[in-house]
Amino acid sequence: MDLLKELAENLRLGEDEAVRAGTQAALAAGLAPGDILRSGFLAGMAVVGEEFGRREIFLPDVLLAARAMQAGMEILRPHLARDGAPEAGRVVLGTVQGDLHDIGKNLVGILLRGAGYEVIDLGTDVPAARFLEAAESSGARVIGLSALLTTTMPRMAEVVSLVRERGLAGQVKVIVGGAPVTQGFADEIGADGWGFDAESAVRRVKALAENS
Amino acid sequence: MSAERFLDRIQRGPALLGDGAWGTMLFTRGLPTGDAPERVCLERPELLTEIAGLYLEAGAEVVTTNTFGANPERLGLHGLAGQLEEICQAAVEAVRRAVGERAWVSGSIGPAGQLLAPLGKLDPAAASAGFARQASALAAAGADLLCVETMTDLAEAELAVRAARAAAPGLPVVATMSFEATRRGFFTVMGASPKQAAVRLAAAGADAVGANCGDGDTMAGIVREFRAHCGLPIAVRPNAGLPRLVDGALVHPETPEAMAARVPELLEAGVNLLGGCCGTTPEHIRALRRALDALG
Repeated sequence: MDLLKELAENLRLGEDEAVRAGTQAALAAGLAPGDILRSGFLAGMAVVGEEFGRREIFLPDVLLAARAMQAGMEILRPHLARDGAPEAGRVVLGTVQGDLHDIGKNLVGILLRGAGYEVIDLGTDVPAARFLEAAESSGARVIGLSALLTTTMPRMAEVVSLVRERGLAGQVKVIVGGAPVTQGFADEIGADGWGFDAESAVRRVKALAENS
Repeated sequence: MSAERFLDRIQRGPALLGDGAWGTMLFTRGLPTGDAPERVCLERPELLTEIAGLYLEAGAEVVTTNTFGANPERLGLHGLAGQLEEICQAAVEAVRRAVGERAWVSGSIGPAGQLLAPLGKLDPAAASAGFARQASALAAAGADLLCVETMTDLAEAELAVRAARAAAPGLPVVATMSFEATRRGFFTVMGASPKQAAVRLAAAGADAVGANCGDGDTMAGIVREFRAHCGLPIAVRPNAGLPRLVDGALVHPETPEAMAARVPELLEAGVNLLGGCCGTTPEHIRALRRALDALG
C-alpha cells in the first residue's frame, strides 16, 4: 500500500502511533506536506465523516480518529507552514447563547478541521453579536451555530437577523445544527444551510463556501 | 407508594403511565433559557408542584422530579454544585406536595454532560461519585424510585445505575437510553444497541430498562429488541417529534392523538411503563391514559 493510503487508513482506525510514524515516513520519503495533508489526513477524515454519517461507526471512533489526526498534525504542521499549503477557508463556530452543550459543536469542528478549514471556535453560550464580530474580524464566510436545547433554538434566528442588519447577507452564510434542529427550522429562520449531523454539516459548509 | 409496590406493579401490569416533559413546560412558564432548569427547585418550587399536579390529573401514575441535570458537573456550570442536596430535596418535595401517595415520585438522573475519560475529560470515579451523591439526595428526600435517563454512553449508564443502587439500596432503578434508527438497527450516538443495553444494564442492577428521548416511530422496535434480550420490565418515553418554529414559538409537531395511536403496538411489543419526553404535555399523557384504559 502506498504511504499516504496507509496513513489515511491508520487515521481512520484511530491508530495515533501509526499515524505519527506514517507522517514521519512520508516526510522522509520526500512527499510534499500539502499532499500528506490532503491525501493522508483529509482523505482519512473524509471517510470517517462519511461512515459516521451512515452510523457505520459512532462518536468514539470519530474522536479517536481526530486524536490520531492531531498526533500527525503536530509533526506535519511545521512543514506545512513552509510549504504554504492553502487552507480551505475560515469558519466561525459556536453554541448559541444560553446553551452550554458542546459535544456536537466540537465534533463539527473536528470534521471541519479534518476537511482543511481553519475553525474559529467561540465555545458555548455565545451571544449573537460575538458571532458577527468574529466573522467580520476574521473574514470568515460561514458561521456555524449549534443548539441542543429546544429553548435556545430561537437564538439562531437572532444571528440570521443580525447578519442581514449588518448588510452581510450573501457574504456571510449561516448554517445551523444540533439534535432538535431540522431543515424546516433552518428554512423558517432563513438560515443558509442545515446539517443533519456533523458529517452533513461539513458537506453543507463546503457547498456554501464554494457558492460565496 | 412503596418501592415494593412499584416493582410489583411494573412486573405484573397493567402497564404503568408516566408523565411528560418538564423542561418545555417550565419554559412556557417563563423560565429564562440558558439558566440551570434545576434553579427553579430553589426559587420557584410552586411551578413544579403545579406541573406535577397537571400530570397527575392527566392520569400519570409516575411523576418525575426536575433533577435531570442535578449532578455536580452540570450544576457546577451554573455555580450550583454546592446546593445539589438542597435542589434534590426541594424537587422531590414539590412533586410530593402535588401527588401525595397517588403517584410514585421518580427521581430523574441525566448524563453528567461530559464524555468519560479516556475519550473525554470526565474521570469515571468522579462521575460515579456525582451520581451517588444525586441518588442519595433524592432518596433522602423521599423519592420512590430513581430513573437514569437519556444516556448514550453505556459505560456512563452502568456507572449511574451502580452508583444509584449502592447509594439508595431501597429504591428501584429504571435505566433508559436514547437510541436512533440506523440502517443496521437501533444505536445510541455512542454506538450502544438495545441488546447491549439490555444485558449490561440488567447486570449493573437496573430493575427496568428501555428508551427515552427518541422518535416515537422507533419505540416499538426498540421494545421488541429489549424484550428479546432481557426479562426485565421495559420503559419507553418518546419525544413529541422534533420542534418547529411557528410564529416565533417552538412547537413539537406530534399530537396527543398521534402518540396515543402507537399504544396498541407498544403494549403488544411488551412495554411496561409508558410516558413522554421532550415536547410532550399533560394533553399527551391524557391521550395515552385514554388509550391504555381502552385496551384494559
